[in-house]
Amino acid sequence: VSDVFIASDNIITSLGFTTIENARNMLAGNTGIRLTEDKHIAPYPFYASLIDSSQLHSGFSLIDNPDHFSRFEQMSVCSIKDALSGTEIDCADPDTLFILSTTKGNIDLLESENKDRYGQERIYLWSTARLIQRFFNFRNEPVVISNACISGVQAIITGAHLIRAGIYDTVIINGTDIVSEFVLSGFNSFKSLSTGPCRPFDKTRDGLSLGEGSGTIILTSKPSLSKSKEKMLVGEGFTTNDANHISGPSRTGEGLFLAINSLLKRASAEIDFISAHGTATLYNDEMEAIAITRAGLQSVPVNSFKGYWGHTLGAAGIIESVMSVYSLRNNVLINTLGYHEMGLTNPLAIIDGVTRKEITNCLKIASGFGGCNAAILFCKK
Amino acid sequence: MKKSLIVSSFCSVTGKEVTVNNKVIYTGSGNNFKDLSNDIYKNFPLDYPKFHKMDNLCKLGFLSVEILLRDKDPGQKYPGDQIGVILMNSASSLDTDRRHQHTLSDRENYFPSPSIFVYTLPNVVIGEICIRHKFYGEGNFFVAEKFNTDFLIGYIEELFECNAIQCCISGWVELDGDDFESLVFLIEKPDNTDTGIVNFEPDVIRKIYEKLK
Repeated sequence: VSDVFIASDNIITSLGFTTIENARNMLAGNTGIRLTEDKHIAPYPFYASLIDSSQLHSGFSLIDNPDHFSRFEQMSVCSIKDALSGTEIDCADPDTLFILSTTKGNIDLLESENKDRYGQERIYLWSTARLIQRFFNFRNEPVVISNACISGVQAIITGAHLIRAGIYDTVIINGTDIVSEFVLSGFNSFKSLSTGPCRPFDKTRDGLSLGEGSGTIILTSKPSLSKSKEKMLVGEGFTTNDANHISGPSRTGEGLFLAINSLLKRASAEIDFISAHGTATLYNDEMEAIAITRAGLQSVPVNSFKGYWGHTLGAAGIIESVMSVYSLRNNVLINTLGYHEMGLTNPLAIIDGVTRKEITNCLKIASGFGGCNAAILFCKK
Repeated sequence: MKKSLIVSSFCSVTGKEVTVNNKVIYTGSGNNFKDLSNDIYKNFPLDYPKFHKMDNLCKLGFLSVEILLRDKDPGQKYPGDQIGVILMNSASSLDTDRRHQHTLSDRENYFPSPSIFVYTLPNVVIGEICIRHKFYGEGNFFVAEKFNTDFLIGYIEELFECNAIQCCISGWVELDGDDFESLVFLIEKPDNTDTGIVNFEPDVIRKIYEKLK
């Protein structure tokens, strides 16, 4: 069974168009979550992390004509293009697969004013993935993974399985979601939205902030494809279901505990830090604390990145994994922005300041609607 | 050569018909999915009030798996965390997405509903199946233009190979407006079952799927 290496990556959010640009802003303590008024998204002002439209437009103009590509597609293409530039990958190689991770894809095309903009087929997730596949000339039929908020982590776990099975040598995974009227109104109807920038694990937390983003991570069994010298590995990964409730997190953290526990049973490595889902809803953060405590990891440093760029749904698992790998590469633990005072019944070792230390292994976790949970390990070779 | 996985049972729901292992076991009288799903629910009979809250995609997936497992509950044979549910379709949750978007059509007067919004994710059907049967294992929802048997089978084989699961419920659960079709399989290792129907191989599965058309 071959090792699975991370060949290259990219993050596009309100905090920048590359992984390094995002990291610089995060280390400086900047958030991209702002009070926004946009009648196309909501009839009321809302907090969200939005990508600057003119920056996206001018960035994409260097690649192709922005009139022919939706906002979602422009983000996705920009992200994949930047990640590919860090590799020697031949996109047309028959042993290369493209996976798209998203919850809602081009969902804004359901809005009446957008209905006829690109044709109705583009609303289908497979159609969006095909368009991106053709753009890059990827040989194989693309795969779309849509598993609510674990989509991104699940896509990385799936990509690693396919490489270990020897089915593909290289898997290019992009996770993208936009902030739309569709999604914002839905989370608002659930009363899940925070009254200000979200505050993960904090005593005063009152909900999540939505964000849009696109992230790419390229996995390969051939480390020579990467231009980067340091070898980063994808370790074991598991997904589970709570079998409890379709929209509420489990009160016992059962599914997430099972996923973490399966991973710990297989991996001998000591976990140096945990990148939590940390949406800053009351119930998610409590549930994660219960699961982490049940797994005996309550004293392991843990952070949430949601205070920087909000909850980016299908992109979240990718961009947060990429930033976790950045932490490993650079031996830096990133602060949980928005956190001030312990707000968990089972207290965790929340990372509340940028910390430089030698770190080798990271556990990334995620949970979502439908009762799904995921846990994956990233290691420095 | 590695032995292929075994399909212990399969079930389809299309048009007016329900089949198990290629035999028609039920024919509905109505003209649409609503009639068929209600008929199946009453006929089998099922007593599961949560069913009535589900959206149509979940109802289709839920009923297909209920019938698939009627005489073969894998929960008797395997621990719940060793049973996976891996599904694929083409339209994701678009049927309910359209309903949610419809509640937003009048911006001056809009009341989006959490009970609709929660079903705007295709993997919720996996959640509904897991809740019903106490399955805690691997879950994944794929979206592809057509039933991509090569990909799905390769992926599931690897999950068995690395011992992530010992049993899997998998298949195609597609619903888009008035059009719907489902084909689900109960999959086990050859050593764990002596009641195999067919091998879980791309050509075999593709042929079963094409016969539904």
